[in-house]
Amino acid sequence: MIDRYDSLIVTFTTRLLVPFIQIFALYVIAHGHFSPGGGFQGGAILAASGLLVRISLGQPVVRWFTHSRMRWLGAAGLLIFAGTGIVPLFFGSAYLDYSGLPIPFLSGAALRATGILIVEIGIAMAVLGILLTIFDHLSGWDR
Amino acid sequence: MAWQLDIILFVLIIVAAIFALQIRDLLAAVIALGAYSFFAAVLLAEMGAVDVAFTEAALGAGVTTVLFVVAIFVTRRRSED
Repeated sequence: MIDRYDSLIVTFTTRLLVPFIQIFALYVIAHGHFSPGGGFQGGAILAASGLLVRISLGQPVVRWFTHSRMRWLGAAGLLIFAGTGIVPLFFGSAYLDYSGLPIPFLSGAALRATGILIVEIGIAMAVLGILLTIFDHLSGWDR
Repeated sequence: MAWQLDIILFVLIIVAAIFALQIRDLLAAVIALGAYSFFAAVLLAEMGAVDVAFTEAALGAGVTTVLFVVAIFVTRRRSED
């Protein structure tokens, strides 16, 4: 349904823009716990870069953000989020209490920040995978 | 901050929303909805809710517009049954 739009300007602009969008998304994810942004916003920006490649360059160009991988990525992100919540339950803390995570050499605020980072990476993976899966099902790429 | 800027942004949001509701062309309505989301994001950022503005700009103006456009291109006027 969606084919490559053969225009030099569209192709060149997409190729120029996508790496910067993805680097910015990774920055938003990594700095989410002390600046605006976070896993959801970073994942949405990553998904927007994937959508840009899909609608402007077409299906043959998509190498990494393929349909089957995105489905697994969404599931894995949800698993990371839920797993980070459940693991402290086995070490005597509440659900999603990051200070109960069994990470060696870390304690207090550093441990909590690490837990938030893990959860945000999981959220970003889930949002990226699920948004691109919605697009693929809608446009018929999975068929 | 500046209430004059707030008023201007509110007027722009309402104009974009009325435009999206009244126009007959669906593609133009989607673009107007994207403009609505973008003005809402600017208003939220100006009011200090940078986190919400971030989400509105990325999801409302970016991803939702693409999904609406794809939905318009997938559907047809008449059914094939």
